[in-house]
Amino acid sequence: MKGKNPFRKANKQIFIPLAALLGLVLFNLIADPSFFRIVLSRNSVGYPVLSGYLITILDNASELVILAIGMTLVTASSGGQDISVGAAIAISGSVVLKVLCGTNSRPETLQAPIIVAFLVSCVVAMFFGAFNGVLVAYFNIQPMVATLILYTAGRSIAAWINNNELPIISDPVFGYYGNYIPGIPIPTPVFIAILCMIIIKIVLKHTNLGLYSQSVGINASASRLNGINPKTIKLLTYVILGLCVAVAGFIKVSRFSTINYSVIAKDIEMDAILAVALGGNSLAGGKFNMAASILGAYVIQFLTTTLYKFNVSSSALPAYKAVVVIILVVLSTPTVRKLLAKAKEAIMRTFLRKPAATENGEVAK
Amino acid sequence: MKATKPRTNRIAGMSDTNMLLFITIVVFFLMYFAAVVFLGSGFRKPQAFFNILNENAALIILSCGMSLVMITGGIDISLGTLTALVCMSCAVNLDYQGGTVFSAVMIALGIGLAFGIVQGFLVAYLDIQPFIVTLAGMFFAKGMTTIVNNTQFNVKNPAFQALKAIRIHVPFMGAVNKLGKYIPAYVELGVIVALLIVLVLFFVLRWTKLGRSFYAVGGSLQSAVMLGVNARRTKFIAHLLCSLLAGIGGFVYFLHVGSGSPSHATGAEMNAIAASIIGGTMLTGGVGNIIGTLFGVLSLSTIKNIVTSLGLDEAWWTNITVAFMICVFLVIQSMVLNRKHGAKRGEIQ
Repeated sequence: MKGKNPFRKANKQIFIPLAALLGLVLFNLIADPSFFRIVLSRNSVGYPVLSGYLITILDNASELVILAIGMTLVTASSGGQDISVGAAIAISGSVVLKVLCGTNSRPETLQAPIIVAFLVSCVVAMFFGAFNGVLVAYFNIQPMVATLILYTAGRSIAAWINNNELPIISDPVFGYYGNYIPGIPIPTPVFIAILCMIIIKIVLKHTNLGLYSQSVGINASASRLNGINPKTIKLLTYVILGLCVAVAGFIKVSRFSTINYSVIAKDIEMDAILAVALGGNSLAGGKFNMAASILGAYVIQFLTTTLYKFNVSSSALPAYKAVVVIILVVLSTPTVRKLLAKAKEAIMRTFLRKPAATENGEVAK
Repeated sequence: MKATKPRTNRIAGMSDTNMLLFITIVVFFLMYFAAVVFLGSGFRKPQAFFNILNENAALIILSCGMSLVMITGGIDISLGTLTALVCMSCAVNLDYQGGTVFSAVMIALGIGLAFGIVQGFLVAYLDIQPFIVTLAGMFFAKGMTTIVNNTQFNVKNPAFQALKAIRIHVPFMGAVNKLGKYIPAYVELGVIVALLIVLVLFFVLRWTKLGRSFYAVGGSLQSAVMLGVNARRTKFIAHLLCSLLAGIGGFVYFLHVGSGSPSHATGAEMNAIAASIIGGTMLTGGVGNIIGTLFGVLSLSTIKNIVTSLGLDEAWWTNITVAFMICVFLVIQSMVLNRKHGAKRGEIQ
């Protein structure tokens, strides 16, 4: 019995992004069913690849999904959000390119193995995650304010690392991680995202990370009395988010084999926070549902791609997004839910009363 | 000791506010004094100080709104893009629709009011997290700006140009230039508006029932409700005022730059948050001061000026030093407050 309850609650929570996804799917089915067509075609290099809007969604949502995983943990444990992930992606991407290119900004050959560059960027991103984590956990600063520091400085640090040059990597192997591996028709980021999901699933299942971060988020002093160190847990979640940032940043720079410091991953922090909120997780910390967050990330990308398909220009896109977000959030608030339930009841009552009224009328006649 | 305990508890919230305010003002004057002594030329003239005000009049107004919302425990990140939307709408109205300055002001206030009512309603009466609501507001304003007009253009309306050119001379603060001619110091119209708003809000926050209820709601929602404060209405008013101030701030910004562009005031919300934090307002709510916010803006721009005059011209240095400064202030604040509350806790035990 006890095992069933949280499961049912989780189901209820995942209902919000699921309903949003269904709504979007229905809308697209009615508006233009060709949205769901997937074609096997040849890309510019000549390998067979799958293409279609659904593939685009899965592909482009990868970074967001990876960030949403880390953001969910951070939100749960510290009751706040990290707004510096976009800037941190710029830093880790810049580090990858710096290691690969060395001193020359347009090298013929890679100066270091790709795996080394990736690991170095992981270390750097985890360091910046730890910086945020220390401010939040040990100095008791509000997460949004603490991460505001890196948000302000991040892109400047990224430009500084590469001396404000824009290195371009010509080696095609580097592009495999953000595009296609020859012979495999599905974009590589999809696999990376799935790998991350599997890893976090295993971690949450076999370690106490999920339990501890939730208990710290619900009541830090109570968990301290129970032998959990809230500071360490908070710091740990920020370091994990740093790792997620490194992976996402690696995919981002691999997509274009170059970097634009002021544009790369712009506003992705807002989308990542939105994914957590859409998943029905409280942004004030505490209980979380990882699957719902991940689904939330896919819903956001689905929405973005749908809007692009209807020729909404990229600069006007946020306005439409905002309207959809507000509708979703308003519909999921308890007040509105109560109102809806009442309206439903009222409708039911009028339908039930109608025959009664006619009966009375007949009797009166 | 026992007799004094209730009193310290009662004024604990206010002392936090005053202590943080004190730190801010001291740091600002030390910094400015150091700049005058060591960097000289650029900072010695009074006009240098007035230029900081001229540049940042809009930011002062925005930060005031941000502080209000932060005192009630919320946040508003739609301020920057709202400013851009106001600028663009006013510019289009003045140049393409034959509007007058009056109609432009009305548009600015109207946009601010509309955003305030919607966001305030969603936050206060539907209990949606302020971050999400204003995030949506930010996206909406950003998109609407480009829908209204997608290019940057300078406004040519003569009445507006006349208004923009108004300079208010500050007596006794002028300087004699190399040719021996006296050049009076001046401030722009926006500065007067900004300082008026700071004064009014200072009085409202300190001596009115509404102002005290802002602190009460932000300090402890439950206690405020038990004391009979209408928490929902207070939050609603805070968000309404914040967006309205963004409307006014948007017009002041427009008056300063005289053009409409989708890229106006990008990141202004983060600057406003930073200024509020430096000024001693805490995101947790219940602690804050408008005068501190004013000094927060001044400190922020002084440090930017110092960085530029040190010859660190590359764009990244400004951002990195500003971030460093926020970091230092946050750590000071947290250490002061932790130590104080830690000491109190020890006393009780």
